[in-house]
Amino acid sequence: MDTNTQRLLHTFSALADLGQEIAAAGDFDEMLRTSFHLLLGSLAIRRGAVAEYEREPGSVRFVATRGLGESLSGPLALSTDHAQRLSSLGSSISLADAGKEAQRFLEDHKDAFASVEIDLVLPLVVREELIGLVLLGEKATGEKFTDEDLEVLSALSRHIGVGIRSHRLLDEIGHKADENLRLYEGLRAIYKETVRAFAAAIDIKDRYTQGHSVRVGKYSEIIAREMGWPDEEVEGITIAGYLHDIGKLIVDLSVLNSPGRFNAKEQKEMNRHPYAGYEILSPISHPYADIPLMARYHHERMDGNGYPDGLKGDQIPPGAKIVTLADSFDAMTTDRPYRKKLPLEDVLADFRVNTGTQFDPEVVCAFCRAFLKEIEGSKERRLLNLLNRNYSNMERLSPMLSQMLSEFDGGGDTRAASAAGN
Amino acid sequence: MSDTTGESSVQARSVGDAAIIYASDYLNKLSGERIERECKRQLESGHRTLIINFRDTEIVNSIGVSILVGVIDAAEKSTARLIFSDVNNHTAELFQMLGLTRHVSLVSSEDEALSLISEAQP
Repeated sequence: MDTNTQRLLHTFSALADLGQEIAAAGDFDEMLRTSFHLLLGSLAIRRGAVAEYEREPGSVRFVATRGLGESLSGPLALSTDHAQRLSSLGSSISLADAGKEAQRFLEDHKDAFASVEIDLVLPLVVREELIGLVLLGEKATGEKFTDEDLEVLSALSRHIGVGIRSHRLLDEIGHKADENLRLYEGLRAIYKETVRAFAAAIDIKDRYTQGHSVRVGKYSEIIAREMGWPDEEVEGITIAGYLHDIGKLIVDLSVLNSPGRFNAKEQKEMNRHPYAGYEILSPISHPYADIPLMARYHHERMDGNGYPDGLKGDQIPPGAKIVTLADSFDAMTTDRPYRKKLPLEDVLADFRVNTGTQFDPEVVCAFCRAFLKEIEGSKERRLLNLLNRNYSNMERLSPMLSQMLSEFDGGGDTRAASAAGN
Repeated sequence: MSDTTGESSVQARSVGDAAIIYASDYLNKLSGERIERECKRQLESGHRTLIINFRDTEIVNSIGVSILVGVIDAAEKSTARLIFSDVNNHTAELFQMLGLTRHVSLVSSEDEALSLISEAQP
């Protein structure tokens, strides 16, 4: 094999290896070091460096060096003018220019290059943007670089430049994604605070049910978590609980604050609130699914005798079924103008009687399980803490809750079963 | 002969103040860096001659060349002598073409390398 053919094969092999190296996913700095080895090895160049250009603060940072000692550890200043001139030379730089740039570089950074010589400086330019520099010392042959050498080096350098630029773009995309995530989290926090403010506003309007919306949100959260809902959906149902009565904002104040049981006319006015709530919430882009539907259907019943749409069984969204139970539980465990809060035994008895007709058995079971776990101490006391101000000695409810579980459990889906096992 | 690095298949042995290091079948990044580390270790331990035996080496790629250039630099800085032995024809031509032979003695066998050293000694 003649020398030229062998040289060509060696170069091609370096180019192929370089392409593979740059395309492979992995550590960026390692990729650069390996690529630089390939470039040096293609012509057995004794020393050199790859430097990445950073527009701010206007410097080049060495990312791979070979045979240059330790004098090049820090970044070197590169003015905007210098960077522009280098980028205008483009990626098909002439041998003369590469030599001139090497001289300029040595003069500009005498201290850094006190003991080493560089013969060529090749700018890494991609889409007219200076990405970095390749600095090269002498060849092992001791001969001067030729035009043919320069073509090989330019081709290899272009690959390295593209690799650095791709990495930068990915980095930028990553930063943008992080920034968007932070903004999104911020918006979610604002949304949640706004929702809580709304809930407070709803409850202030109805003086008999103060704190009701927030408690319904919390009860809904406890039940959904017990049913094995993912965090995102649990957050959604909590919000739905906070907002389920938002439609009461359009209900006449005299009806809301009526001291006795509602008459037929008042009840009709009151029954408008689920649909009104749906209409208020629908135009809003909520970060969670089905919030308006949960407000609309929280007075539906399993037997179809609820309102506003008389939906039955599976026609009612699961979230609305949870809010329904949470809403009823809070209504029965707080004083109302027409009656005092009920004893917890009566509340559970009501659930027991109405499971399957008003309440979904799966939701009732999840509620009983969560309640029981808190009483037994195997779960954080959240339900109990919410009830504590009105009730005591809740341990006595354990047999009743267990009884209800044995009556109604078994119809749950896998999520419920899995949650029960926790 | 022993595996002196304890982390790879790089084998090396000492003969007087010379260290003989055995290159693997394919001198690429991984195996090249092991050889470079071993060479530097041998220089630091006071060996004045390094013999890299390429008897098992079929291919040396560009990274391998770059690493060998690094070994040349390290040897020159330590004023140590570097000898490549048992290099196949193809690789010898490559070393010749790339100028490595200006800095390294190429010999056909380990024995020849050792006699070269003894000839050079006063």
